[in-house]
Amino acid sequence: MDVTTGLLDAASGQPMNPAAREALMAALDAGWADPRRLYRAGRQAALLRDAARESLATALGVRPEGLHVCCSWAEALDAALRGLPAGAVAATAVEHSALLSGGDAREAAGRGELRLAAVDRRGRVDLDSWAQVLPGAVLACCQQANHEVGTCQPLGEAAERCERDGVPLLVDAGATLGHLPVAPEGHVVVAQALSWGGPAGVGLIASRQRVRGIPRGQDSDTLQSLPLLLAAARGWEWATAQRARTAARDRALTELLARRIASEVEDVVMLGDLDDRLPHLVAFSCLYIDGESIVRSLDAAGFAVSSGSSCVADTRRPSHILVAMGAVSHGNVRITLPYDVDEGDVQRFADALPGIVRSLRKEMP
Amino acid sequence: MTSPVVRIDDRGKRCPQPVISLARAAKYADPGTIIVITADDPAALSDIPAWCEMKGMTLVETSDAGDGATAFRVQMP
Repeated sequence: MDVTTGLLDAASGQPMNPAAREALMAALDAGWADPRRLYRAGRQAALLRDAARESLATALGVRPEGLHVCCSWAEALDAALRGLPAGAVAATAVEHSALLSGGDAREAAGRGELRLAAVDRRGRVDLDSWAQVLPGAVLACCQQANHEVGTCQPLGEAAERCERDGVPLLVDAGATLGHLPVAPEGHVVVAQALSWGGPAGVGLIASRQRVRGIPRGQDSDTLQSLPLLLAAARGWEWATAQRARTAARDRALTELLARRIASEVEDVVMLGDLDDRLPHLVAFSCLYIDGESIVRSLDAAGFAVSSGSSCVADTRRPSHILVAMGAVSHGNVRITLPYDVDEGDVQRFADALPGIVRSLRKEMP
Repeated sequence: MTSPVVRIDDRGKRCPQPVISLARAAKYADPGTIIVITADDPAALSDIPAWCEMKGMTLVETSDAGDGATAFRVQMP
């Protein structure tokens, strides 16, 4: 059986898009050399690397010397915080856990507190709370859109308040690119190639303006794999050319899914902002079922989905995002459509879900 | 007149069991009834308040019940 059948989870792994895959295969032949070597193969690798860095930098609105390439989204977020000067870091309460744990580590080391701005029920940052956490911060961090519930943040207003307080803004687009356009806001943008159908294992920090302590430039790159870099860059071009079409298709599919789930599954809560959101993501919680059972039952029925419920996490803590939103965290399901989603899978999922939920509820003690 | 009180002890039970127990008790409880549920799964701390809000129940009080457990005092509408 094809392992990608019924794949409705592209959040932290998905098949590479055709251009990324082709570039990766080609790079195994043409881009294997160490670009620091002076002989022909090395020089060719250096040319390929420079072209890929330039194309990714341009995509994110920076000059190549403002781009730092590393090994993952989480590493990028961690690296962005690690070198900051002492002082508070401000963030929304629903940022990626790598960013929050980096902030906690700074705080524990006496480098400065981590101040969290509250979010509303949809996961959208409360701008009054945001304004309160900013004064004196060395960096403010806000996602373009949330990776668990899809809600877009009011970046224009968030950036305006940062501007007023003279606080540099890091925009985390790690869940976003490939699905939404690059936002103009942010002194620094964090991204990962995985979100646009590029390879896993490429994280990016793009500095539009120099922010003290944030790594930039080729010398700070920690990604050692030229083939991954080339695949990321070519994958980006493909995803950008397709984006309007895939985003419209994804939005139609997720709207259909959300409508059917809300009307056909009893005791279900739809999560996040239902309009201003990532087009390819739907999140909901089915009351009175545990997340692990629902993920396993859906897997047995041929559907791959993810969950933010505590029983799925190693820590047994529910997702900090659902907690910050005041949302029920058990029975949680997150669907993220891969770039090549089979529309039939979406229909079959909507057909199968109500019965699966009903039978799981019967089994609960 | 004091409200009737129903007590549920869900210590040692994992989420979503406390929410299931609460929902089940609420189904048969008269208006105004107080349900006191004690649970120690960390997820209950956020799930019980979220469920109460969603179902129009009033979470009157949350108190420490010792050994990492929390007692939630919930009133039926």
